Amino acid sequence: MKILVCISHVPDTTSKINFTENSSKFDKNNVQFVINPNDEFGLTRAIWFKEKAGAIVHVINVGLHETEATLRKTLAIGADKAFRINIEPMDGYSVAKCISDFINEKDYDLIIAGRESIDYNGGMVPGMISALNNINFIDKCVGLEIEGKKVRACRECDGGKENISTTLPLIIGSQKGLVEESDLKIPNMRGIMMARQKELIVVEPGQIDIKSKSVNFEKPKEKAEVKLISSDNLDELINLLHKEAKVI
Amino acid sequence: MSVLIFAETERGKFKKDALELASYGRSISDEIKSKLVAICINSNNPEELSKYGVDKIICVNNNDLENFNSKNFSDCISNVFLKEKSQFLILSSSSNSRYIGGILSIYTKAAYVSNVFSKPTKYKPLQLRRNSFTNKAYETVEVISDKVIISLCRNSYGIIENKVKSEVVSETFKIANNDILVSSTEKLSDKVSIADADIVVSGGRGLKGPENWHIIENLADVLGAATACSKPVSDSGWRPHSEHVGQTGKPVASNLYIAIGISGAIQHLAGINSSKIKVVINTDPDAPFFKSADYGIVGDAFEVVPELIEKLKKFKSLNN
Ligand SMILES: Cc1cc2nc3c(=O)[nH]c(=O)nc-3n(C[C@H](O)[C@H](O)[C@H](O)COP(=O)(O)OP(=O)(O)OC[C@H]3O[C@@H](n4cnc5c(N)ncnc54)[C@H](O)[C@@H]3O)c2cc1C
Repeated sequence: MKILVCISHVPDTTSKINFTENSSKFDKNNVQFVINPNDEFGLTRAIWFKEKAGAIVHVINVGLHETEATLRKTLAIGADKAFRINIEPMDGYSVAKCISDFINEKDYDLIIAGRESIDYNGGMVPGMISALNNINFIDKCVGLEIEGKKVRACRECDGGKENISTTLPLIIGSQKGLVEESDLKIPNMRGIMMARQKELIVVEPGQIDIKSKSVNFEKPKEKAEVKLISSDNLDELINLLHKEAKVI
Repeated sequence: MSVLIFAETERGKFKKDALELASYGRSISDEIKSKLVAICINSNNPEELSKYGVDKIICVNNNDLENFNSKNFSDCISNVFLKEKSQFLILSSSSNSRYIGGILSIYTKAAYVSNVFSKPTKYKPLQLRRNSFTNKAYETVEVISDKVIISLCRNSYGIIENKVKSEVVSETFKIANNDILVSSTEKLSDKVSIADADIVVSGGRGLKGPENWHIIENLADVLGAATACSKPVSDSGWRPHSEHVGQTGKPVASNLYIAIGISGAIQHLAGINSSKIKVVINTDPDAPFFKSADYGIVGDAFEVVPELIEKLKKFKSLNN
């Protein structure tokens, strides 16, 4: 089985978010970048298939040279080969199109992409790839078993879960639950050494269109001071929620 | 030309999101002077949408569409989009709608903008405002396409009545074979889900252990709320993962979010910040949550919450 995991290179969850160039661009200064958490759950499941079933695991990122440290980390965790499509990602569509074109010439059985990235929160790449390449798609995937071409998967939906049967080739939107948090792998020394020998191939993109572009960013306004209510005066809280906030 | 909304139903009834989409769609239709069309699948009462400004209600009734299937639903909606020569397709932010948003944008060759929380700020070219960086920033996006799919954040526009005379039409839809088969579903409980709830009551490590969760559940019961929890609570197995909210869990965009014994770590806040009103109950006056909340009580959850429940019961009996 050949697996491709799409890796987004995103600011760490604790990062302070700032913008530059007249608030039109994310300020990458002093920001620690990590593997997008939703992708990391997917990558861990892919490595599981490698260890248990001899799958081959490739990773791909659409991005400039700066993302290579993140790709190296995925190699250290256990991916076999990395690809970087050398273009600054402009919108969800162009990222999906780059990966879709890349997949076209290959024979991946399973493609894994995070349900959404924690930077732009588009949540569109896996669905677009599935439609562009006409392959089955399961979003918010929290369970995945594969036997031959047969797939049994579990998807989180609002208020519950769905058990789904389908076939390869398949793309999933991965998230927490696909593997447990405690299963996530921290690269060890041996992994890091081995990663240096593994191939990281830079691919030049073809002609890529975009369908949207960022104009500017704004940070939410500082919140007004909290209204403190004494714990002996809970009627006041109820009154405020009813009359002022109108939420009960 | 038209604006199309996908009005979701649950067991035949329109979800609240559907009424919000209709209200939002109406305002865009008025702005660009075009018809507002809704597609609804297996609705018992399609006429209800006329109350919220929908000019044309397209009903597809088909037993094979009783359960959500991403391929069939995408085929059905994109057919209508193309037939109605729509320029806009408006989706909710439910799990099902988010599932098909990307697929639909390829089928219809439209741009796709998710997490939108306001009306377009400009039409030529089209500009939309959305949440990004997990609620740490607002982004203005310009659409480079003559067609667009918008996924609207819950509770961001509101439901506005606007009665019109609507045309209701039935359409048949032929289901193509596909090999995504939902074999079974597991409903978590009969209670309202975090995604659909107007009020969410959430507990953190301050509650000390799973045996104390009845106070969270009782408070949720009085308010008709969904229950949620912080990440360490689900990681420790006190509560199911499905209740974990925050940056790496479920997002919350309710009207009211009540945080009990939750410190307010940045990753927690990122996921719940789009809730309208936040109440925090915490023993520690320096807990960071107080900086993000609208109302706060410095106090012990084990004393405050039971008393609050009793008072709310009284309030409810007087106000219902
Ligand atoms: C990559 C990453 C992703 C993360 N994602 C998430 C996420 O999605 N969601 C999330 O929640 N966290 C997330 N976290 C964890 C986050 O950083 C915090 O550790 C977590 O939110 C803390 O949970 P808590 O508030 O329940 O516990 P604590 O921080 O331990 O807070 C407990 C609070 O309870 C109060 N308390 C104690 N006793 C009482 C009492 N009797 N009555 C009232 N109050 C009391 C205390 O004063 C304290 O403020 C993430 C962390 C990382 C590194």
